[in-house]
Amino acid sequence: MKFDTQLCRLLEKKELAPGIFDFWVENELFAQSAQPGQFAHLLVPGKTLRRPISICDVDAGRKALRLVFEVRGEGTEVLSRTNPGETLDILAPLGHGFSLGSPDEKAVFVGGGIGVPPLLYAARRYGKNATVILGFRNKDAVILEQDFRDAGCQVIVATDDGSYGVHGFVTACLQDVLQQPADVVYACGPTPMLKAVSVSAQEKGIPCQVSLEERMGCGVGACLVCACKIKVHGKEQFLHVCKDGPVFDAKEVVWG
Amino acid sequence: MTDLSVNIAGVTLHNPVITASGTFGFGHEYAEFYPLSKLGGISCKGITLEERLGNPPPRIAETPSGMLNAVGLQNPGVDHFIRQDLPWLKQQGTAVIANIAGNTPEEYCTMAEKLSDSDVDLIEMNISCPNVKHGGVQFGTSCQSVGEITRQVRRHCTKPLMVKLSPNVADIVSIAKAAESEGADALSLINTLTGMRIDIRTRRPIIRNNTGGLSGPAVFPVAVRMVWQVSSAVQIPVVGMGGISTWKDAVEMIMAGASAIQIGTVLFSDPYAPIKIVEGLQAYLEEQGIDSISQLTGSVQPW
Repeated sequence: MKFDTQLCRLLEKKELAPGIFDFWVENELFAQSAQPGQFAHLLVPGKTLRRPISICDVDAGRKALRLVFEVRGEGTEVLSRTNPGETLDILAPLGHGFSLGSPDEKAVFVGGGIGVPPLLYAARRYGKNATVILGFRNKDAVILEQDFRDAGCQVIVATDDGSYGVHGFVTACLQDVLQQPADVVYACGPTPMLKAVSVSAQEKGIPCQVSLEERMGCGVGACLVCACKIKVHGKEQFLHVCKDGPVFDAKEVVWG
Repeated sequence: MTDLSVNIAGVTLHNPVITASGTFGFGHEYAEFYPLSKLGGISCKGITLEERLGNPPPRIAETPSGMLNAVGLQNPGVDHFIRQDLPWLKQQGTAVIANIAGNTPEEYCTMAEKLSDSDVDLIEMNISCPNVKHGGVQFGTSCQSVGEITRQVRRHCTKPLMVKLSPNVADIVSIAKAAESEGADALSLINTLTGMRIDIRTRRPIIRNNTGGLSGPAVFPVAVRMVWQVSSAVQIPVVGMGGISTWKDAVEMIMAGASAIQIGTVLFSDPYAPIKIVEGLQAYLEEQGIDSISQLTGSVQPW
């Protein structure tokens, strides 16, 4: 199976922070095939378009996928009201995720806000060899810190207002972390953050992969709406977040 | 045994359900879900003479019961389509419709010539794209320009020629007649209705192109009305589209006068929608004791 639609039972639901929901959904096929950095496209009753949600984690034992999302508008608000035991119509696993190296390599993960969840499943692969820098607006918005620690990762949390962890942006923390050797940088978050992370990695000559976001339609690469500008063999092209991405080589991304 | 096959301008489709241009790419993605032979036809992503990069994002915005898009005809160009996509498509066991858009009448003619020498089954001339600066809908909004471009392309086109009409016009019936009188073999309608959404925090239009084309259930009643008016006024087959989401919508569109239908936006919520619509039509015909789907075309009984 490459991807398909499936009706998935919601096993467990939590609100991790105000407006940030944590769903575990049951599906054996998805749990077997999902790769770190891929996403799921969720049908919203009464809406024309599905909502793309990154795959945060996979539990092979429970045959379940973890989806962590923020309520941004009416669609995600409807999704957030799904109750355990009810089913969700999910199209997954979609997109081109992170290319992972050997678990022995030193990997640095940088996540900002709701860009944090898609990094967990990938960071798990590196365990203690992963240094994870997580940035949030404030203490109340902090999510998944313990999950990364439980995966064995070294975790640095930064908040914009200093109410928890390091006071400041993840980009400053990254500069410090990259004083030590690293083999690869993975990042997901707001575009200015991704751009800054990309520049820092490039200065050190470290490969960097970024997960991008764009308003999406079909989710499978047919409708061409989720365009992002990427250099292909040196030529700027509009590729598509849903099929070519969401993860791209940072040095190929043409930042807007 | 019921017969779902239809004939559009000499091309036999084994069922009346065609996937609409721009929503189905060149078929590769949806072939992951089901064999494309289950479809009556595929109207391919709109192609131009040269490759086009399309508009900057965002290119999509959701609306009540629909969506706006402004992709701007991103496509690899007609030669690439004929060389790379068409051979595979022709092996899928469904009718292949090439959708063409040009900056100038000459470009439409050149593409029609190239495609006439290819294996496509039918050419759909898109004179109704609202999202590009040149060409597209500028040819589609007056009887004179529709008649003129149809006449020119007709001379260069040896394949069946279907003209795709814009709903963004004062009188779609007279435009349909102009296309018919200059040699169109079939008509397809409706393309999207031009719309706009604004983000009230940033005061910016959600779509980078400012405006986009509205599709989905929101436009369905407009499409039914236009298909009814046009099919009542022309002799050539009409392919109806605009917001069809279920087999019931499909029956309604066919009763309004459509010989076949196209399915687009609903694919984004349900990739299997075309298959469900084919099955629903089959069951409806059996239940109603109707031998052939073509008997339904235009069977509405207006007051």
